[in-house]
Amino acid sequence: MASMEKDSVSGQMTTGHEWDGIKELNTPLPKWWVYVFWACVLWAIGYWIAMPAWPTPTGYTQGMLNYSSRANVAEDLKAQQASRAQWMAKLQNASPEDIVKDKALLNFAQSAGKGLFGENCSACHGAGGVGVPGAYPRLADDEWIWGGSLADIEQTIKFGVRNAHPDSRQSEMLPFGTGDAMSADQVSQLADYVVSLSAKTPAAGSPGEALFAERCSACHQEGGVGMKDLGAPALNNNIWLYKGGKEGVIAQITKPKHGSMPAWTERLDAGTIKVLAVYVHSLGGGK
Amino acid sequence: MSVFKHHKHLETNVFFLAVGILLCVIVGGLVEVVPLFHIESTIEKVDGVRPYSPLEQAGRDIYVREGCYNCHSQMIRPFKDEVERYGHYSLAAESKYDHPFQWSSKRTGPDLARVGGKYTNDWHVRHMINPRDVVPESIMPGYPHLMRALDTSSIQGNMTALKIVGVPYTDAQIANAVKDLTEQASSDSPDAAVLKSYPKARMGDVDGDPKKVTEMDALVAYLQVLGTMVDFTKVKPETIRR
Repeated sequence: MASMEKDSVSGQMTTGHEWDGIKELNTPLPKWWVYVFWACVLWAIGYWIAMPAWPTPTGYTQGMLNYSSRANVAEDLKAQQASRAQWMAKLQNASPEDIVKDKALLNFAQSAGKGLFGENCSACHGAGGVGVPGAYPRLADDEWIWGGSLADIEQTIKFGVRNAHPDSRQSEMLPFGTGDAMSADQVSQLADYVVSLSAKTPAAGSPGEALFAERCSACHQEGGVGMKDLGAPALNNNIWLYKGGKEGVIAQITKPKHGSMPAWTERLDAGTIKVLAVYVHSLGGGK
Repeated sequence: MSVFKHHKHLETNVFFLAVGILLCVIVGGLVEVVPLFHIESTIEKVDGVRPYSPLEQAGRDIYVREGCYNCHSQMIRPFKDEVERYGHYSLAAESKYDHPFQWSSKRTGPDLARVGGKYTNDWHVRHMINPRDVVPESIMPGYPHLMRALDTSSIQGNMTALKIVGVPYTDAQIANAVKDLTEQASSDSPDAAVLKSYPKARMGDVDGDPKKVTEMDALVAYLQVLGTMVDFTKVKPETIRR
């Protein structure tokens, strides 16, 4: 073991260790580094006292500042609600006509609705409500399966369509074309008539017209104008949820397809649903 | 510095050195181990959280296999913006039966912690087969191969392994695994036996073929239960005592 000695080049002391004639300088750490180090230690001790830090057998040390991310987020949400409160209160009490008349309120509902629609509705109904052909209805036109008034739209969003919610919109088309209900010829005649309805040139006096009156008009109504309360779509236009043309009509008569929609009241609060209803109503086809 | 001068004696005596090392390891070990003995009392108890049904568990395994966690998180952080978008922030208890948990740390796609019930089964199937069929701007890959039959041969083994690491499956639940799994994927009866073991399980066939249990059935059953077990109209996390 060599003894500690002063290095003649740097002027620093050595550690006193020596390996094969190589000695080690004992250069002190830079002062700024040592200060920062001790400051960090002090900060840590202060942090343990101020903030939640150490686990204990039954929980954890709470800290003197009573910090809680849960309490914070609850407060933030409360502040958020308060900042919207005047609009939400107005919206709750407003009738559709009031909302349309009150430009500021309509503006609020539409800008809030845009974000909400994008997050919750556009996955199925597409950006801006364009819909998905063959799967999910377009909301940007004036063709409505369950009604396009503000109240209808609100009802549909709230309780959904064909889901487990007791107030959900229910109704299913029967498989008229299967079994003994109708022969293949009759299905074909009926489909011809429905296609003529959609082309706005109803084939009066055709066998299909009689079949339609007998089987279909209870829901789709005379002339195929549809019935919103039962979700029976209008057939007197060329807008099809699944598939148009004779082939599509036959498919639906034989093996009807039905869409479904979740009940959003299980996820969103009443004010949010109202905002969405106003937004959807404003997409182009609100009645 | 006088204390450090005696360090030499400690370093050069193998007995004292061993005792010294042992003391250090004991302190470090206790700090790490002791809290684990109290884990029962430190995890919040939240009503509604239950182990996954066999079908959901099989779906979860597919979720892990396909690497969904690479793009989707399952962790709603307690921030205003996240709560506004995704729903109530996640509770630790909600992933206590996840081994391993799927919190993830990256969101190329949206968070899925509360995706259950948000979309219909039909939407999930369409979306999984080709995401752009329903969301034109999506960059998610398609998973049409999930329409193949689900391999149920390992589900009992999986549940047994989960039981060993603390998921409270009963012996009866493990024995009935395949039966429960098939029932959940084919029946939509509200009186199904599987609902007694696993309340709120999403019942019914999702892919159009009730006779065949596919990987799609399993994955959608899993997605549809995510975040739905806890009823936040009744559970108020701010007031839960540990």
